Amino acid sequence: MHELPQQLANGLALGALYGLIAIGYTMVYGIVQLINFAHGEIFMIGGFGALTAYAILPTGTTLLIAIPVMIVGGAICSVAVACAAERFAYRPLRSAPRLAPLITAIGLSIALQQLVWQFYPDAKKAVSFPEFTGPAFKITESLAIQRADLFVLILAPLCMLALGVFVQKSRSGRAMQATAQDPDTAKLMGINTDRIIVMAFAIGAAFAAVAAVAYGVDKGQINFEMGFILGLKAFTAAVLGGIGNIYGAMVGGVVLGLAEALSIAYIEEIPGMQQLGGGAWSNVWAFVLLIVVLLVRPQGLLGQRVTDRA
Amino acid sequence: MRHRSLLILTTVITTGALTLTACGSRDGGSKDNSGGKKTVVVIGVDAPLTGSLSALGQGIKNSVDLAAKTANKNNEVPGIEFKVEALDDQAVPASGQANATKLVGNKDVVGVVGPLNSGVAQQMQGVFASAKLAQVSPANTNPALSQGDNWGKGEFKRPFDTYFRTAATDVVQGKFAAQYLFKDAGKKKVFVVDDKQTYGAGLAAIFSDEFKKLGGEIVGTDHVTVKETDFSSTADKVKSSGADSVYFGGQYPEGGLLADQIKKTGANVPLMGGDGIQDPAFISASGEANEGDLSTSIGYPVEKLDTAKKFIEDYKAEGYKDPYAAYGGYSYDAGWAVIQAVKAVAAANNGKLPDDARAKVVEALGKVSFEGVTGKVAFDQYGDTTNKQLTVYKVEGGKWVDVKSDTFNQ
Repeated sequence: MHELPQQLANGLALGALYGLIAIGYTMVYGIVQLINFAHGEIFMIGGFGALTAYAILPTGTTLLIAIPVMIVGGAICSVAVACAAERFAYRPLRSAPRLAPLITAIGLSIALQQLVWQFYPDAKKAVSFPEFTGPAFKITESLAIQRADLFVLILAPLCMLALGVFVQKSRSGRAMQATAQDPDTAKLMGINTDRIIVMAFAIGAAFAAVAAVAYGVDKGQINFEMGFILGLKAFTAAVLGGIGNIYGAMVGGVVLGLAEALSIAYIEEIPGMQQLGGGAWSNVWAFVLLIVVLLVRPQGLLGQRVTDRA
Repeated sequence: MRHRSLLILTTVITTGALTLTACGSRDGGSKDNSGGKKTVVVIGVDAPLTGSLSALGQGIKNSVDLAAKTANKNNEVPGIEFKVEALDDQAVPASGQANATKLVGNKDVVGVVGPLNSGVAQQMQGVFASAKLAQVSPANTNPALSQGDNWGKGEFKRPFDTYFRTAATDVVQGKFAAQYLFKDAGKKKVFVVDDKQTYGAGLAAIFSDEFKKLGGEIVGTDHVTVKETDFSSTADKVKSSGADSVYFGGQYPEGGLLADQIKKTGANVPLMGGDGIQDPAFISASGEANEGDLSTSIGYPVEKLDTAKKFIEDYKAEGYKDPYAAYGGYSYDAGWAVIQAVKAVAAANNGKLPDDARAKVVEALGKVSFEGVTGKVAFDQYGDTTNKQLTVYKVEGGKWVDVKSDTFNQ
């Protein structure tokens, strides 16, 4: 068990990444009850936007200076695409039966992937992303934290804190809560609900761009398909934490990340379970956990019991 | 109302189908009495032209295209013009099967080159066998494809006599890798990772058996999931296992990431893999240095063979957008083998293709023998290549450099 701290660190970093993406699912669902399956692709576009921003910078810019620029560049792209998707794909269907926007989201997801594949130079295979160089920080003998992991572990709580303050304290944030509770009444009270919905999409997209930069500097490469699996995992994290609750998204992400890391490392050490351990089964265990949690708490870890949101 | 629309739909579909069959038969008729005009025959290509393996797939497509163009230019088979129809399987077995059905449906197709993935090939073999259409894969390495499911027990039985390949099997490759790693590189403790796919899991198992037989120790095993990207937990297991090397059965997208993430943990051990990771993208897709990582590949390095120089020149001259990649030479040879078979069939039938051209091409393929890009090209009784040359490559200075070439005999 001497590698436990290390596996916990791996799980936390992975979970923080899931959490950042899960914010986008949970915000949009909380306000319009739409599962935006194209959000994984918004994340992917954030990554390519950040890469473009990096390419514009003069060569030799250190990563610490480049990262803020990359986040801004990525966020501009992902927010623009998310807002356009809301305006042209989802808004016309807002009063349609629920399945229609869901299918639209899946279609949009495929379309966005293919657009990047077709038009971004060299995106037909994985493209290099600037990466943190230098050794990992050695904390103890058995625990070393990668620079990129440290980056996401610092950035994710900061982003969450900022979002929490925004939603609780600011005027727009309160308008957002009101719209989530009851869109019709919110409208009667003079809240521009269309603007609030766009804002929810934009915030989710900005978080996705942050996640994409964190992902890129960690893995050193991005590709046009990366949004699919990560989006699916992030959606799972959002459900696990209680969809509609922003803190739940982060908690769900961390729980999912830890479950994956620990199941890879330890399930096979349980006597008789050797065949069911390792990387091949990590997704299975993650989803077993999801099912167990949903059996006990159908509303998710931090979700509120709502009789009928529709 | 509902019934009526169903009726209309059925009518439309039936009419459409009848029209199409009519078209088909007319085409066939005009071909027979074409006289002076050249007969067009099609070589089908099935490979992942999009997706993460597209670097390899595009190389396959272009190389077959080059073989067809060369044959047309040299008038290799008088009276016959070769065309290439390339279909994209995205490395998905179901797509491969659909493509196979489509190629079988095209009457002008006399042979198919592809696919890249062994798992895809499994789904295509049956379709081609029932249509008696020859298939030559430039890249499949799973032994069961040509020697039957019980090849491991020493029972060799060829399941489909329409299946040929210019690539050597994993038995050859996995054993060669184990011998190199144990004897030449002096590694005794290996951690084995695979991607659970037909190719990766098979290769890893063959490697493990041979490595143990030589006296080495397998200190741990793990599996990764294709298209996932975070392997840090697996990487840490490698580190804490005390392994002095890692063997990976799988393709370069996961292999590259795994190699990087292992090195990031501070475990300074080389990762070795099969021809699936022997691609520039394995090295270039990330910033982390892959120095010292190893791979095996079938044949001698294309760049070093005299027979391949012309291929490389011609490939450049055609100005293809993507490089010929790991399987370019084998794809050219596979395409050329089909062309040679067509030539033999036409020569035996007064320069024209007989009605049962497909079956005749299958028969002729078993007998082809020529000096190809990758050496002598011929097939044994299972449809496997008789070429058992292998090369170990190592990453040096950000490039794959060949370190040892040998002929495998065992």
